[in-house]
Amino acid sequence: MTLFDYVADRWDRLALQSWLHVSEVVQSTLLAAVIGVLIGVAVYRSPVGSAVATGLASTILTIPSFALLGLLIPVFGLGPTPAVVALVLYALLPITRNTIVGLAGVDPAVTDAAKGIGMGRFSVLTRVELRLAWPAILAGMRVATQMLMGIAVIAAYAKGPGLGGEVFSGLTRAGSANATNQALAGTLGVVILALLLEGVYFLIARFTVSRGIRG
Amino acid sequence: MADKGEPAVTPESTDAAVSGVEIQLEGVTKRYPGSAEPAVNDVTMTIPAGQLVVLVGPSGCGKTTTMRMINRLIEPTSGRITIGGEDALELDDVRLRRKIGYAIQQAGLFPHFTVAQNIAVVPGLLGWNKKRIAERVDELMDLVGLDVAQFRDRYPRQLSGGQQQRVGVARALAADPPVLLMDEPFGAVDPITRGNLQDELLRLQADLGKTIVFVTHDFDEAVKLGDRIAVLGEASTIQQYDTPEAILANPANDMVAGFVGAGASLKQLTLLRVRDVDYPDLALTADAGESPSELRTRMARAGATYALLVDRRRRPQRWVHVRNLSSATSLANIGRSVGDTVSTQSTLQDALEAILAEGGRAVVTGTRGEYVGMIDIETVTGVLAQLREEHEAAGTDGAGDTGDGAGGRAAAGDGVGPAGGAGAAADPGAGAS
Ligand SMILES: Nc1ncnc2c1ncn2[C@@H]1O[C@H](COP(=O)(O)OP(=O)(O)O)[C@@H](O)[C@H]1O
Ligand SMILES: [Mg+2]
Repeated sequence: MTLFDYVADRWDRLALQSWLHVSEVVQSTLLAAVIGVLIGVAVYRSPVGSAVATGLASTILTIPSFALLGLLIPVFGLGPTPAVVALVLYALLPITRNTIVGLAGVDPAVTDAAKGIGMGRFSVLTRVELRLAWPAILAGMRVATQMLMGIAVIAAYAKGPGLGGEVFSGLTRAGSANATNQALAGTLGVVILALLLEGVYFLIARFTVSRGIRG
Repeated sequence: MADKGEPAVTPESTDAAVSGVEIQLEGVTKRYPGSAEPAVNDVTMTIPAGQLVVLVGPSGCGKTTTMRMINRLIEPTSGRITIGGEDALELDDVRLRRKIGYAIQQAGLFPHFTVAQNIAVVPGLLGWNKKRIAERVDELMDLVGLDVAQFRDRYPRQLSGGQQQRVGVARALAADPPVLLMDEPFGAVDPITRGNLQDELLRLQADLGKTIVFVTHDFDEAVKLGDRIAVLGEASTIQQYDTPEAILANPANDMVAGFVGAGASLKQLTLLRVRDVDYPDLALTADAGESPSELRTRMARAGATYALLVDRRRRPQRWVHVRNLSSATSLANIGRSVGDTVSTQSTLQDALEAILAEGGRAVVTGTRGEYVGMIDIETVTGVLAQLREEHEAAGTDGAGDTGDGAGGRAAAGDGVGPAGGAGAAADPGAGAS
């Protein structure tokens, strides 16, 4: 059976797994974005706070994904929860770091003017600083998403949803019928989905980044 | 010679509607945490309603700190600030700032907002409705000289530095605040653009009559713009607070003198216009139709060696020496043409330039280019001497014409100089130069 035939034959299941894969990654990225931006907002004014937050997030990233999952399974059991927790933790670094860099990079003259003409603290943050840091934050989310697409495959080890199951089962059945096709289909699926998400990020940037600050 | 607490009246501000309010600083001090010396030490000054007051002083002397305490971007350590009689320190700081225009050196425009959106921020914060905001934006762009159709939807990065500053000023004026704070707003643009922006600020101010606190380290800019100048020393201590004329004529101390720098007299000349001084009607004029012999008789009677030929509208054409007349059959085509002339609108500095170029005296022309008199070097030096005398006596009255602005304050009540009267009175269009 060719790969093509295999995909045609298992289309329904692959489509469902693809959908679950993307959904898991996107949800984890969004959750990490909320947490990462909050952390970034909390620390960006303090160089020490910024260094600590970035350092902690980097440390998480150095933990091998298998090890992290192994640590999380006893806490959350098998299934989507440990997978999502791991993905969120990994996504924190690029998002938090980019939020801090983006906010710290806002021209002080602009925030000074914003305050000077009578914007309140919250307005300055939401209408000026975060809007100006948004391209950086979005770039952080994009990197996080790309990273998570791969890590989500590994998360199938904790019985998380997605294409990881295909890859794993294909690899463990190496030699038997369609084992290669299964692993390949899973891997190619991840690559294609990752490219599709790149396209989505491009469109989001196009519609949410002001023309005045678009690169 | 510090704050003399004079009443807030100047002759110039009477023709503009004063929409500004008085600002008072009383014993204002700012001590930054962690520094032993105060950045601003016990400053007391009154900024009269409707006047443009310049805070000038060397870098780091505390000008910015002083200014930012007025809108409480910096909280004073001690002292009292009142704006229009209201205690600024009692008000909610964010609301206070919406009533105080704020423009800074780098303009600080919101890069993600269009020009129109930038200008609309404060009206938006104040809850104006969309239609009113849109009208106000158009009005302001007009006011600061930006074409609405062309610039409305541009982003700041699509503007030159000068245009950005214009938007910055428009944004500061958007909600028509009585008070405007400007921190070196023209410090980062090229000299020609800076000159234009200064002229336009003066023009605006002549119409608006805001109370403006303008910070600069450039004394020439202070002289050009200020109704009054506060020369600040270390920790914002006021070295002299007076009209530009008074400071130029009589610096209070060595620090001020050093700041005024070389060429104080020349700077004074930029503050005065030819129409402000007495220039004599010395020249003997003749028109080309007169016969040479007739003119010679007149010149002999007047003891003049030169006559000024004027055209039918009395515009100066040529100088004729009495020698040229004996052989001439007509006044057409004889003599040498008149070089540089000065108008009654010219500054005395321009006049001096023309006088030097013409070898001692220059022809003064009225608003339509007609001959009205002559100005010579003695007139100029006499004016300087008189100014110095006036200001040396302690009673400087601040009543001098500080106007150097393009049009603005200068446009009002422009007539013909004291020695004039040559035909100008009959022209209803005079003054519309
Ligand atoms: N935020 C701050 N913290 C500590 N010191 C400051 C701060 N801002 C200004 N200063 C100090 O206060 C003094 C006056 O500064 P500033 O008002 O900016 O002067 P100017 O505007 O006349 O150049 C300087 O010595 C400066 O170093
Ligand atoms: Mg400053």
